Amino acid sequence: MSEPRKFKWVGTRPVRHDGVDKVTGRANYGADLSLPGMLFGKTLRSCHAHARIAGIDISKALALEGVKAIVTADDFPELALDDHSGPTNFSDLSRNVMARDKVLYHGHAVAAVAATSPRIAEEALALIEVDYEPLPHVLDIRAAMAPDAPILHDHIRTRGVEPAPQEPSNVASKMELRRGDVDAALADSEIVLEREFETATVHQGYIEPHACVARAGEDGQVTVWASSQGHFMIRSYSARLLRMDISQIKVVPMEIGGGFGGKTTVYIEPVAILLSRKTGRPVKLVMTREEVFRATGPAPATLIRVTLGAGRNGEIRAGKCELLYEAGAFPGSPVAAGAMTILAPFDLDHFLIEGYDVLVNKPKTAAYRAPGAPPAAFAVETMIDELARELEVDPVELRLANAARKGTQATYGPKFNDIGLVATLEATRDHPHYRAPLGENQGRGCAVGFWFNGGMQSSAEVKLNEDGTAVVVEGCPDIGGSRTSLAMMCAEELGIDVLKVRPVVADTESVGFNDLTGGSRVTFATGMAVIEAARDVVRQCRERAASIWEISPDDVAWQDGAAVAVNGESSTRAPLSIAELARGAAQTGGPISGKASLNARGAGPAFSVHLVDVEVDQETGKVDIVRYTAVQDAGRAIHPSYVEGQMQGGAAQGVGWALNEEFVYDDAGVLQNPGFLDYRMPVALDLPMIDTVIVEVPNPRHPYGVRGVGEVPIVPPIPAIANAIHDATGVRVRQLPMSPPRVLRELDRAAKSGG
Amino acid sequence: MAPKRHVQTHINGEPTEFLCRAHQSLSEVLRDELLMMGTKEGCTTGDCGACTVLMDGRLVCACLVLAVEVEGARLETIEGLAQGEALHPLQEKFLEHAALQCGVCTPGFLVAAKGLLDHNPDPSEQEVRYWLSGNLCRCTGYDKIVAAVLDAAQAMGGEAR
Amino acid sequence: MQEVEYDAPVSINDAVALLARSDSQVLAGGTDLLVQMRAVPPRHQRLVDVKRIPELVQISLDSSGLRLGSAVSCWEISQHKGLRESYPGLVEAAELIGSIQIQGRATPGGNLCNASPAADTIPALIALGAECTIAGPDGSRSASVEDFVTGPGQTILASAELLVEFRIPPPPERSADAYLRFIPRGEMDIAVVGAGVALTLDADGSCTEARVALGAVAPTPLRVDSAAAALVGTQIDDAALERAAAAASQAANPIDDKRGTADYRRHVAGVLTRRAADIAARRARERRR
Repeated sequence: MSEPRKFKWVGTRPVRHDGVDKVTGRANYGADLSLPGMLFGKTLRSCHAHARIAGIDISKALALEGVKAIVTADDFPELALDDHSGPTNFSDLSRNVMARDKVLYHGHAVAAVAATSPRIAEEALALIEVDYEPLPHVLDIRAAMAPDAPILHDHIRTRGVEPAPQEPSNVASKMELRRGDVDAALADSEIVLEREFETATVHQGYIEPHACVARAGEDGQVTVWASSQGHFMIRSYSARLLRMDISQIKVVPMEIGGGFGGKTTVYIEPVAILLSRKTGRPVKLVMTREEVFRATGPAPATLIRVTLGAGRNGEIRAGKCELLYEAGAFPGSPVAAGAMTILAPFDLDHFLIEGYDVLVNKPKTAAYRAPGAPPAAFAVETMIDELARELEVDPVELRLANAARKGTQATYGPKFNDIGLVATLEATRDHPHYRAPLGENQGRGCAVGFWFNGGMQSSAEVKLNEDGTAVVVEGCPDIGGSRTSLAMMCAEELGIDVLKVRPVVADTESVGFNDLTGGSRVTFATGMAVIEAARDVVRQCRERAASIWEISPDDVAWQDGAAVAVNGESSTRAPLSIAELARGAAQTGGPISGKASLNARGAGPAFSVHLVDVEVDQETGKVDIVRYTAVQDAGRAIHPSYVEGQMQGGAAQGVGWALNEEFVYDDAGVLQNPGFLDYRMPVALDLPMIDTVIVEVPNPRHPYGVRGVGEVPIVPPIPAIANAIHDATGVRVRQLPMSPPRVLRELDRAAKSGG
Repeated sequence: MAPKRHVQTHINGEPTEFLCRAHQSLSEVLRDELLMMGTKEGCTTGDCGACTVLMDGRLVCACLVLAVEVEGARLETIEGLAQGEALHPLQEKFLEHAALQCGVCTPGFLVAAKGLLDHNPDPSEQEVRYWLSGNLCRCTGYDKIVAAVLDAAQAMGGEAR
Repeated sequence: MQEVEYDAPVSINDAVALLARSDSQVLAGGTDLLVQMRAVPPRHQRLVDVKRIPELVQISLDSSGLRLGSAVSCWEISQHKGLRESYPGLVEAAELIGSIQIQGRATPGGNLCNASPAADTIPALIALGAECTIAGPDGSRSASVEDFVTGPGQTILASAELLVEFRIPPPPERSADAYLRFIPRGEMDIAVVGAGVALTLDADGSCTEARVALGAVAPTPLRVDSAAAALVGTQIDDAALERAAAAASQAANPIDDKRGTADYRRHVAGVLTRRAADIAARRARERRR
């Protein structure tokens, strides 16, 4: 932030541009497209948690009238086991999309059918005969790490261990962060707390199941219509898995009905492409809710052990953390992010953090809003609360005394620039909620959340229309109102009404490359691209005005959507509005548009503090959320309503994760609650209004000060609620979910041990 | 194959007829046969409310109604909420309050909220929350949805419809 | 192709005749049936929609008691003023089933015939001593609700039989019922435990008659006479309520499943029995005034 700036649109609350389409039912999501001659796809999924596939007989299914094609792993190119770029291993991805040789979890795809109706496709699935040789399975971290555990992948040796192991293992990798001398610092600490935490597998729970339509042409060109968090991702992953050129695939983004990280990879799109190529007809694949639960990326179950050392003076001196995260059936849990976030809110000289990526026979985990961070925060933030009670100090004051600030060397590496942790904690402490009276059986808790936020690659174009209105062409699917935030930034730069700017999420052929919508990056990074593109338009407008006035562009300024002559040239010339310049563009050099492509650096980290009051039914263990306040540093809130929305939505997901959500497996490795009835996400009756306080500590690396806001609000709710339960009852629950039976068990245990 | 069944019904005040098979749900026919894609499907088990429609004035999940059952019924879907260019006050308030993020649950919420205000023009916050508990939203935490419905009720002067 | 057939008869006799065919199944509200149909591969089915049969969709409430058609929706039950006054516990059970949307379709007859151990209306109906009328090829017969369910998903209905209506006696003076269930969320869940209580007081406030029924704590909904006995002859004071709670926990025979553990259910069965009895007693006392 170079200088304070007065904004016209930033910070206001215009109606979103896609709003009317979405309240009238006109907006088209993944499953809303219908093409002539379209076939319907269905997927056959494994009925075993772990088994070798000895053979698949599709002959009976193919013979059913109306069945047009069936694909199995044989239809996919077999990729080398080490075929990867960045963190994505494409051999694993290919085998996750369609099981090859082995099924690794109940629900793993083994074949897919395209037929003339969904019912015929379903009937065909029942006629496919798969010859399985069942193998023993593992469903949790301890079992997977046991010496005699069944091994998921014979070729995997634990990475990150010296010397490199010879034997295969379910521990895919180990990572470590360290600074100082943690053991000496612990020995030096007057208070040492050592605790263990467990969290359950949970799901992102987006309301729209994965859905796409693929249409392959005789020329080898493919169009895919899909809802996802990144249509460029769909394009590149599909090309890689099917050994196609990227130029052969066009992906048209449909509106996306929620993702939260869960739609950052492919499941069905490559399958739909293959079915369409086989049949020469468009193929629609829509997952059922049950498939979403059984086969798409959940967030991992975790086991976390933490030792914290502190002085009597309230100085936190040392932290030792061991994080074990389930990867699911293929490597790649978010344990690294868990490790990097777990002590990030603290200014700490001595720590050792170890992370393990553990394979189990469950679906491959996927990103879920601040991936890896909530379980880590659950552990440390409840221990900070415990420490505050031990020290008899206010928990917010204890956090303030140990808080990371500008200049603090973050535990995960870099030095923090301007960050809002202190400001956010102070706003919490000063909020009336913090001192409000509590009722019977009620308790209050607070906790801090941290998330890095992302930058990455974005492209955008700002096109000036002939009448001076504008189009923003961008390529990041809009999950929560980002289109309007981008249009607002464009309006701000052009100096025109935000409703005269039309934002469009364009297909992969109509805008430059964009990384996906994730990492809380869109308003920050794509926002930067839009600002840059809009500034390019302004520059061109100034040049056009200069050419009309026959003066130097340096003598033309841009004010309120018009070119204004300055430096002594102003007296003789009336301003030229953007509309006038646009109408006259043909005479001054042709259409005006600006483009920007960038790899955004300097995403400002986000901190958030949540304050929650709960009421505990001591007879049933049921926890009700009775009051909730979320405080967060947004850097600069472009559209405050949608910033609040992110804060409220993250809080609500955190409430679900804390209290009731969990995957329940039976001994055979079959998920018992693959539906919204028994996977208990919060309903409207489960929540109070969620108050919000937006703190603005501008991010110096963004022209307006923006920092990402989407992910961090899911980090503090779990520990805040755990701390509130303790405040209400005196018991610490260190296992998720803090469901009624578990809370009651802890209450009983405490009662039996005399409190 | 047995011939399809012929069903006569009313959708958003219009007499409508369609052909369907007996296994097809109302949501399937609305979407795949009548191409009324405003009614969304999130679960097909009646647990998310995205496919909420009004059937003879009563709130139902279109995924749990067979299309053949709507013979002679009067259906209201999201497509019938606005009158021409004029949005329903609930739609206006959803926009004003930013009561949607991804928007896929929004049609179901709006139809459910209309059912509420038809039935109870002046609901309390708790009544709104109870009534809307059959509609899942994973984005908003419900805060702005509840606020929008309460505000719409007020804007309509306690006289829904 | 495996097809589904559909008929919507308008008389009991026609329905019974249609049900006599193989692969036939009654379609009432459909909120369980449609979900079950989709959970398995497509197969041949003949659905008999009973919602167009007048006897099955009527509510008749007068001095001789209640006749409640088996295919009346829970929504209609919750909107019926007289029902709420006379049988508040039954209305509570109907209002707890799923969402408003589900209540718009779900029926007490379907709830009973689906025979889930966790069904909400069954304990409420058992507490009220409800009887049902069953039509079949050989005429009609009567059975009590508490004898209707024989196991999870199993009932006394023979092939081609149809549940027509429930009959509930008029509430005696100074009597009331109540139904509570425990779920982890505020709405939408299947009962972890359900408890229905109906009781009658004498002029002095002493309990002369009580019926207690539990759901989700045994393979079938359970009538718990020991819990009722703990209430009879008392003023429904704290001590009596505790004894009833203990009896209910004792009688519960639950299992561990995804919705709750056996120990937890046993405990909550007692808690809910006590709370429901307390509510029913308060209602009965208010009615006296």
